[in-house]
Amino acid sequence: MQKNDFVVRFAGEGGQGMVTSSEGLAQAASSVGYNVQTFVTFPSQIMGGPTWAQARVSTSPVLSSGDSLDVLVAFNEEAYMAHKDEVSDGGVVIFNSGAFQPESGGNSFGMEFAKLAKQTGNARAENMIVLGALAYLVGMSQQILDDFVRERFTRGREGDEEIIIANIKALTLGRQEAEKSGFSLGELAPPEKPEGDQILINGNEAVAVGAIAAGVNFYVGYPISPATAILLWMERNLTGEGKFVYQASSEIEAINAVFGGGYAGRKAMSATAGPGLSLMGEGLGLAWMAEVPLVIVDVQRGGPSTGLPTKTEQSDLLMALTPGHGDISMPIIAPGTVEECFYASVMAFNWAERYQGPVILLSEHMLSERRQNIPKPEISKLKVENRKVYTGSNGYNRYDGWELSPMPIPGTPGSYIANGSEHDVMGDTTHLAERHIQMTERRFSKLKLLENESYESENTDASIVIMPWGGSKGPASAAYAQLQADGADLGWYYTMFLNPLPVKMLEELKKKSLVIVPELNYMGQMSGILRSQGVKAVSITQYTGLPFKVADLAKRITERVAQEKKEGVTV
Amino acid sequence: MSAKNPEYDFKWCPGCGDFGVRRAIEAALKQRQTETEQPMVNNVVVAGIGCSGNMVHLLEGEQPYGIHGIHGRSLPIAMGVKMGSPSLNVLVVAGDGDFLSIGQEHIAPQAARNLDITAVIMDNGVYGLTKGQSSPTTKVDTITSSTPFGKSEQALNPLMLYLALGVSYLASHVSTRVKDLGTTIADAMNHKGFSVVHVQSPCTTYNNTFQELKGNPKEGIAPLAWNIPEQHDSSDLEQAYEVVKQGGIPLGVIYRNTERPSLQDRVDEINNKSFERKIESIIESFAI
Repeated sequence: MQKNDFVVRFAGEGGQGMVTSSEGLAQAASSVGYNVQTFVTFPSQIMGGPTWAQARVSTSPVLSSGDSLDVLVAFNEEAYMAHKDEVSDGGVVIFNSGAFQPESGGNSFGMEFAKLAKQTGNARAENMIVLGALAYLVGMSQQILDDFVRERFTRGREGDEEIIIANIKALTLGRQEAEKSGFSLGELAPPEKPEGDQILINGNEAVAVGAIAAGVNFYVGYPISPATAILLWMERNLTGEGKFVYQASSEIEAINAVFGGGYAGRKAMSATAGPGLSLMGEGLGLAWMAEVPLVIVDVQRGGPSTGLPTKTEQSDLLMALTPGHGDISMPIIAPGTVEECFYASVMAFNWAERYQGPVILLSEHMLSERRQNIPKPEISKLKVENRKVYTGSNGYNRYDGWELSPMPIPGTPGSYIANGSEHDVMGDTTHLAERHIQMTERRFSKLKLLENESYESENTDASIVIMPWGGSKGPASAAYAQLQADGADLGWYYTMFLNPLPVKMLEELKKKSLVIVPELNYMGQMSGILRSQGVKAVSITQYTGLPFKVADLAKRITERVAQEKKEGVTV
Repeated sequence: MSAKNPEYDFKWCPGCGDFGVRRAIEAALKQRQTETEQPMVNNVVVAGIGCSGNMVHLLEGEQPYGIHGIHGRSLPIAMGVKMGSPSLNVLVVAGDGDFLSIGQEHIAPQAARNLDITAVIMDNGVYGLTKGQSSPTTKVDTITSSTPFGKSEQALNPLMLYLALGVSYLASHVSTRVKDLGTTIADAMNHKGFSVVHVQSPCTTYNNTFQELKGNPKEGIAPLAWNIPEQHDSSDLEQAYEVVKQGGIPLGVIYRNTERPSLQDRVDEINNKSFERKIESIIESFAI
């Protein structure tokens, strides 16, 4: 029987090439038209520590990283013990017999990774040995991997050919070892090439590229896991005349510099994670108060405090909503897939310019490191919005009225004061009650410009619906599909525009008897927000530092629905 | 604000040193406008929070752009404005509490970068707006509202701090010498790099040091302020340190390093050797 999908996990010690192996497999498989998705998790240290990376290869679009493993590649005994129970019935374990021998064999076979690698003349070819063995197990043609190696290592350097030959030899050796073992997982069905051109990209890269597409020309950031990659990418790529990219001395410096850049007329951005967003709270409040456009990316990790720097969680939502003190309702866009990371970034800039204020792009660790094939964005079809600029003479009242007004750019007529204190129409500090009323309502009125964005809905007649947000979209949509197939009467709602929610969607949600929100936090943050807006919402929560597993989520949704039907009461 | 604004109800106390600094800044901006032939809107005044921060609202005459931002964060905001629009002249106005206490962490990085802006610091040795708490430049043992038994910290020497952190232009002044101060601020704005003009600007309500600064021969009080001799070579860092070590309040330019490239020079250099990456080619680089 042909297989349409397989999941491989590489587990071992940091620095043993787990990520390279999973990304290599993803690259090779996607190059011939398979759909791929990687997942990486590691401890917060430079070298060593238990690390694992996973790759899923499928003939259809991949929604989650996979519940159970078809193949576990265990580089050491600790990894074997930690992950062996997640191998599916009929799955296979490849273990490094140079490092250990498992107690009970089961469906497993050993290879001496290092010894085999040495035979190729390239001691660093261990992961190629493993890829070769894998390819045999799943019946993937040798040619696919050979081509991948040739392309990857043709870098115009001396010695390229030697490395290519060694790596191909490694692939062959691995294949022969697997063949000797006698195991096979059946043949992988040939790829069904996705329609249209594809790119292979991870979430952090997609956010950065989206920002470029939206016209970012000013970036100041500070290193922090898991957002550092965006800073590094910008340092290398946001180049050329008129661009500014800089590593600041702290997130406080970063947010305030980005504020200054936005005020000076730039499309300005910074990316951070939870602890950095905490430090940026006051600056975000200033941008809200003074009506200055800017975009802050928060790649969420486990919290609170230093929390789990390299694990995934969706627990910054409440802070993102009101990052500073006082009356603030921060616009939030939270992408749910790698593809959405790109479009969310474009939209975050559009929103910032459209309503003249700060916008938070709420990403997640699990999206940031996930490498996936997505349809190539068509730049000519993108709608990029720019600032409504004041072009009159001096003596302009920048903050006149109860709604958005054109923004002057320093250096041109129309000077005003961008003031974090409550201010009058020209930006001077005031304490008058009627002025605070006008300015507060003015700031909130601008959110109306953002509340007509798109959302997904399906089976909208159902009275109980699932509404995930952010990166839980993938597992939730897989669980939803499974429950639908089992005949459950469930609806589906989803949007990446979390604040303000699309007004039509909110109206529909209010009519439901129950809205179930799968989310990765303890408090049930999104369902709390929905309840405050008049929606009967409950959460299904998880706080393990890992994404939902599809089967588990489907089971919990079924239980919650049964409880609802039994009790007949809501929330 | 160019005219009296009935909604704006903040006032400096009668005799506040900041009045003198205000007139000096107005003169410096005017002088710059004449010299560079740039319109007033080419200037951005970035204010801290405190009495001195209200400078941005109280400037009279033709109006520059302004930011009245966050306590302690005037420098990073100024960095954003300057690097966002390099042809602007950016002037920071802040007090000793704002700049040297909560905001001190931001001085070192801007000095290291040589960000091309000017900071005018109004030092009154006290938190005035919050009614008389001790500040970094308040003298040890001083009784203030927050140090009822005397201040336990020794006073910061801001001039020494600036030199040690690598500020490329440093002047020291008093608020009463309006004309000289105006000329000095204009000179500092012409300096290509991070310039600091540290001004003694006494608080008549909580820490009136006018007499100390000027001296009072009748009562035998020697003046704290003294003129830096003409032969002082401000390009020599060692001599600059000597001036500061002499104590008191030196008047004039202490240090001026015209050799160091500014942050903008560095950025231009990098941008000249790199090229703009077009979005289409970036996306193509991820093609499968």
